[in-house]
Amino acid sequence: MPEKKMYNLYVNDEEASVVARPSDTLLHVLRDQLGLTGAKPGCENGDCDACTVLVDGKPIKSCLMLAIEAEGKHVKTIEGLKNTRIQKAFVENWAIQCGYCTPGFIMNGFALLNQHSNPDSETINDWLSGNLCRCMGYAEIKAAIKSVMTSDHADKSS
Amino acid sequence: MDESMIVGKNHLRVDAWEKVTGNAKFTNDYTAPGLLFARLVTSPFAHAKIKSIDTSLALKLPGTKAVLTGQHFPFLTGSLLKDRPVLAVEKVRYHGEPVAVVVAKSDHEAKLAAEAIQVEYEPLPVVNTVLDALAEGAPLIHENLGMYKVVKPAAPEPNTNIAHRQKIRKGNMEKGWANSEVVVEASFSYPKSDHAAMETRCIRAQISAGGNVTIYSASQSPFVIKKLISRYFNVDAGKITVHTPFVGGSFGGKAAVCLEFIAYMASKAVNGKEVKLVISREQDMLSAPCHIGLEAKVKLGCTKDGLIQAAELSYWFDGGAYADQGLAIARAGAVDCTGPYHIENVWCDSLCVYTNRPYATSFRGFGHSELMFAIERAIDMMAKKLNIDPLVLRQKNAIRAGNTTPTQVVLTRSNIGSLIKCLSRLKEIINWDEGARIEIDENKVRAKGIGCLWKAPTSAPNATSGAVLSFNNDGSVNLSIGAVELGQGTKTVLAQIVAERLKMDMSKVHVTMEVDTRTNPEHWKTVASTATFMVGNAALEAVKDVIAQLRQVGSVALRCSPEQLEVGYEKVYLKHNPNIFIEIKDMAAGFMFPNGNAVGGQLIGRGNFIMQHLSHLDPTTGRGVPGPTWTVGAQAIEIELDKRDFTYKILRAASVIDAGKVINYKTAESVTMGGMCMGLSIASQEGFQFDSNGLVQNPNFRSYKLMRLTDIPEYIVEFVETPQIDGPYGARGLGEHGVIGIPGALANSLSIAVGGELNRLPLTPENIWKQVRGDSK
Repeated sequence: MPEKKMYNLYVNDEEASVVARPSDTLLHVLRDQLGLTGAKPGCENGDCDACTVLVDGKPIKSCLMLAIEAEGKHVKTIEGLKNTRIQKAFVENWAIQCGYCTPGFIMNGFALLNQHSNPDSETINDWLSGNLCRCMGYAEIKAAIKSVMTSDHADKSS
Repeated sequence: MDESMIVGKNHLRVDAWEKVTGNAKFTNDYTAPGLLFARLVTSPFAHAKIKSIDTSLALKLPGTKAVLTGQHFPFLTGSLLKDRPVLAVEKVRYHGEPVAVVVAKSDHEAKLAAEAIQVEYEPLPVVNTVLDALAEGAPLIHENLGMYKVVKPAAPEPNTNIAHRQKIRKGNMEKGWANSEVVVEASFSYPKSDHAAMETRCIRAQISAGGNVTIYSASQSPFVIKKLISRYFNVDAGKITVHTPFVGGSFGGKAAVCLEFIAYMASKAVNGKEVKLVISREQDMLSAPCHIGLEAKVKLGCTKDGLIQAAELSYWFDGGAYADQGLAIARAGAVDCTGPYHIENVWCDSLCVYTNRPYATSFRGFGHSELMFAIERAIDMMAKKLNIDPLVLRQKNAIRAGNTTPTQVVLTRSNIGSLIKCLSRLKEIINWDEGARIEIDENKVRAKGIGCLWKAPTSAPNATSGAVLSFNNDGSVNLSIGAVELGQGTKTVLAQIVAERLKMDMSKVHVTMEVDTRTNPEHWKTVASTATFMVGNAALEAVKDVIAQLRQVGSVALRCSPEQLEVGYEKVYLKHNPNIFIEIKDMAAGFMFPNGNAVGGQLIGRGNFIMQHLSHLDPTTGRGVPGPTWTVGAQAIEIELDKRDFTYKILRAASVIDAGKVINYKTAESVTMGGMCMGLSIASQEGFQFDSNGLVQNPNFRSYKLMRLTDIPEYIVEFVETPQIDGPYGARGLGEHGVIGIPGALANSLSIAVGGELNRLPLTPENIWKQVRGDSK
């Protein structure tokens, strides 16, 4: 069995030391070693996006990225978002049922709105068509994203 | 605050913030030092003898703690018919059947150990479809069917592949056919598919030295797990505690108890240490129970002016390798076999048939989206033959108070609601009068199709529920219930019911989120759209109980009679003078007079509920009372089809459902839209694809296509409110119903668009092309 190795990640703006095999995915290291279970395993095959986190600001399926590839990079998980408008929008648009896909949608939506403050429908579709939800009809999720379509959505924690 | 300040209002979900922050914990989100991991070894064949299992290599691996095979489980399981070994014994009956389980120090090591187990198989002839299964001389999937123990009214037919046959014999068929001037007869096919909840199943089990069993399971049935662990492993029920945290979607699939037995035995094999059994997506789709399929034959007879006189219905549900709830689905399919139409003369045989396919359990709608697909297609075919507007034909035959159901229940306004109102409203909102088929240009056509729905919860006749209320010293109240939050919003709706009756702000009602079978009152299981009805009624009883106590203690504190007091706004006050009051927070743990004397004690309210007046069905006629109520509705789909290649866009999807009373419009709308999306997904693109050996070709989300955000139509959801008198605030169940009429409505819209009869799902462009080509032969 390949040796485990210790290395450092920056997760939610803090340095975190983890011990992992080269084959361990970022998803499992976040969940099992750092207790950041907001990112969910849904397929572990890159098909559902429930495990989406941001790596250096870009949405990444953490089931398809090795933890070691994230060494020295900045990882943001759902636990790193505090009172953002997109979270509030999901609450206020009933864009949640079981909640399992929710962190992945929010992380992808958060990154989308960072890059496109006023995305058109096609852009929203492009960005969010990777995320699967089995409970809802997606309409509430679209409504939630659209409700945050102004600039400055990132932090309204005050 | 007036009456009905909270019920009927769009309160935000009580679990919302937990879920948008990553705080909400699901079963697989917990870990602990020393936790061991279990992984399954599953069958690569659909039907094969197990010649040998060699575990020696796996046991030699450094991380392996234990390996279990079928010989460690010397009994059969099944909630209605005991036909299923926990791990395969002697032979495997479906692709993905669990054959062994390994326990190891880490998940990684468990996977390695599972791969090291060598199983030698000898393939057997495969029964790949229900038609194969029912053919003369078909190989038997269960050679010993006649010896299996029947747990509940089940009628397996020994030496066949029929696990159950439910008969409906109502009226006089001869008379029905004699009165029929027009007859339609056709066959329909609804494929086997998967629940595809985003959270795969996961279980942890632990057995303490003192014999206490603790199980965590992503389940709809924690109380059933407790019962069955007790029954199969001879453990006192009181020593078993089952916990269910948030569940990441279930749709019926997590009502079945199966993997829990493996997890329990895995823990037992390692001296009771805590073991987590993790199921991959592929195993969740193959090994764990799936969504039932249906082959149906429908024959309807009608007068020339469109009154249905007779229905002869053969439903062959594809239960797969084991009966599980498939048997009850065949029964439920018989109970509502005609769809929501008044038909005097009915003959139905509804079968649960064994095949060498993944076995089925309950799925949202419990057989109804399947049979309604067949019925709604047949109704449209009849309308075409009669040259009557399909919506008018439905209005003419819509079931209503005074009619009888297939099992001869006489309906009331309270228990059937108003399908007529739903149809009338649907007609307006989809602009039906503009025409069902509109040519857009040379290549494109726009078409609308309708699908009605109905469903009664076919629960256990003695299904029970409970609620306990206790107060905090800030005057807020805790609501303890055993219903599981699966996403449907049950915790929010139940909190609203309690807040309404106590005239208390929603922020002051705290609902238990996790279910713990030791501390929460028993709730039958969170299925069949019954949580609002059952727990809601129990919660209202608990409120009644606590109000009586508040009045009693209040009467001492306020020096009056209990009858003079009212409860509300976190106070107990004199009806005739609300200025004289005492705050609930001052009574939550008993009331103390200024001199130190005290009365009351902690306020604890209790309420329970049990189904009433339900009965078993007569085995020869089906006569009996299957459920307390029906929820009816009408749905429509509008599509735009390209006639050249049969690709299509789903433009609009509409539902009008008689909800009795909508407690929270937003959660009701959301759960209905979710059902509609699921129905569209199943009908347009889902379904397991089997090869000729019965192997599933698409057990993952890359090849098994689900609806995505880009595929969705415009949704229109409305509710009619005909109160169900025995429901809380008049509410009916509606969790499942959004899905039920949609496959029929989609197939009707596409059939109208192509001018043919599309009776086989899924309606992919290729399948439409094949069916159109077949029609023109």
